[in-house]
Amino acid sequence: MANAVKNPEVVQAKQYEASQSTWDEIAESKAFKDLMATKRIFIVPAFVFFVVYYFALPVLVGYAPQFMSTKVLGQLNLAYLFALSQFFVAWVIAGLYVRAANDFDRLAKDILNKAEDAKGGK
Amino acid sequence: MSNIPLIMFLIFIAITLGITYWASRRSAGASAYFAASRQIKGWQNGIAVAGDYMSAASFLGIAGIIAFQGYDGFLFSVGWLVAYLTVLLVIAEPLRNAGKYTMADVLAYRLKPRPVRAMASLSTLTVSTFYMIAQMVGAGALVKLLLAGKVTYNEAVIGVGILMIVYVVFGGMLATTWVQIVKAVLLMAGTLLLSILVMAHFHFSFGEFFGAIAHVTYHDAKGQEVVKDFLTPGLRYKPPYGPLDLISLGLALIFGTAGLPHILVRFYTVPDAKTARHSVVWAMVLIGSFYIMTTFLGFGAATIVGPDFIKTHGGTNMSAPLLANALAGSIFFAFISAIAFATILAVVAGLTISATTSFSHDFWTNVIHSGTERKAGEEVLVARISAFVVGAVAIAIAIVLGPTANVAFLVALAFAVAASANLPVIVLSIFWRRFNTVGAVSGLAVGLLASIGLILVSPSLMAIDPPTVTGTARHLIQAKAWFPLENPGILSIPLGFLGAIVGTLISHEPTSQHKFNELLVRSNTGLGAEKAGAH
Repeated sequence: MANAVKNPEVVQAKQYEASQSTWDEIAESKAFKDLMATKRIFIVPAFVFFVVYYFALPVLVGYAPQFMSTKVLGQLNLAYLFALSQFFVAWVIAGLYVRAANDFDRLAKDILNKAEDAKGGK
Repeated sequence: MSNIPLIMFLIFIAITLGITYWASRRSAGASAYFAASRQIKGWQNGIAVAGDYMSAASFLGIAGIIAFQGYDGFLFSVGWLVAYLTVLLVIAEPLRNAGKYTMADVLAYRLKPRPVRAMASLSTLTVSTFYMIAQMVGAGALVKLLLAGKVTYNEAVIGVGILMIVYVVFGGMLATTWVQIVKAVLLMAGTLLLSILVMAHFHFSFGEFFGAIAHVTYHDAKGQEVVKDFLTPGLRYKPPYGPLDLISLGLALIFGTAGLPHILVRFYTVPDAKTARHSVVWAMVLIGSFYIMTTFLGFGAATIVGPDFIKTHGGTNMSAPLLANALAGSIFFAFISAIAFATILAVVAGLTISATTSFSHDFWTNVIHSGTERKAGEEVLVARISAFVVGAVAIAIAIVLGPTANVAFLVALAFAVAASANLPVIVLSIFWRRFNTVGAVSGLAVGLLASIGLILVSPSLMAIDPPTVTGTARHLIQAKAWFPLENPGILSIPLGFLGAIVGTLISHEPTSQHKFNELLVRSNTGLGAEKAGAH
């Protein structure tokens, strides 16, 4: 490692370059469109859900403080439990995303391999 | 007070200088200096992101707000974690796939590099230096309190400033990363220990703990004894504008975190997008656990120490250290104080390296010298010099402002600029084919100006002080605030997007549309992404 680091030229891998038509070709390919669709199906609903769920907290706490002060479990009120639930909901969404992203990786890998084969390189 | 806090501070300094020495021998070359050769492992980067992000404002500030204003303080905690979903779902992977060292790299793919980089660099420097000044003033005041009688405010500011310069100038991103990792581990350990001690105080009974929170006794401003249920919302955010301010704060956190330059640069230190993704998840586990534990820190301080005592022993920011002192005595106080110190250092180091990376990579190399180094190593040399300059300027400003300066608004400002200027242009350049250079520049400019302008006329800077408040503690403009909210996000974020969209629609730039496919493919597949340095 020491050798490589001493010589910056070795460390900086060459960027993948391609012509405009190659990029257009990949972007228009079915494989790439499938990847984008697969991503969209997970990411858009997940994003909308977390934004709505999160902003429900300041809205409810800010505009319905009496209701949110309702005690539901001993001294614990709705406001605290709803705030606490945000942490677990965020973790669950993150976990689901990591699972879904395995599919993204698989689809992206196919596109990558094809593109690099086409270059005749590796 | 004994010498124990000082000794613990010195131990931490010695460890971090050791790390810097080790890192300095591995920081030759731009990729090594700016991105730790992209060889940081996912879990390591996750811990470092947590260490980069959780500032003294979270550790001491939130504990203090909860100790004085109860539940409303806990609302901060929620937003600081949930914000990472935006980072995870939208930003981290495309950024790692398409960029090299800064967020401007992603913009420069399809837009005209020079104007876009110049503007993005200005925005980055604004966010980082404002945030840094807030941290430095806080650090000086805090270290002075923690090492009562041993160092002055100025000495503390200079000390913190010199350390952060040393880490960044000599150790680059690698040293910064490991300082952040050490700090995050210490912070988590200290917080966990403190939480366990709080529960032990209540005989490990949640019923008893929350029972005490429901009856916090203190004296109000008029000297009347009051008993309040600290779990009730509304102790801080009161009508008429409180609820709106709360929503505005939420917007700034949710959209701002994903636009904070010092967080974004961390994703360039890992080998690929998948590792970047895993590091966000690691960070979320740590950050979430930490913020849940602010329940014990804040409410523990409210119930065990009490607002009255805290007010007369250093004020809100001392809540967590005073709690440690009450539960386990002066050695634990020293330990928690040293953690607070470590917390500040790790964050300012992260801010320094993001500011210098942007200056040297975006501004110096790409704007002034059209993308080529005139001689090998110039970019890193410029970064080292600018780290020194940024540090020196931050020290000077913090000293001029002094320990009582009203600087809390600077943190809100940093998040507002990140959310209103940076995030809109990153998102639009990744997702909107029609987006172009004029749109990016006007989006950044409008977001930046709207955030600064609105904060300038907000209650943070515009208010009428009683004559007893003097110097830099006074509000800048002595008049009734024009804009009623402390957080401008609710208005400045839509304005930032609007600026970007209108700018795009009134101009025409065919190349940015043609090149959209390239960015789309690169950012979504990782084709041609920067590789890690050789092993």
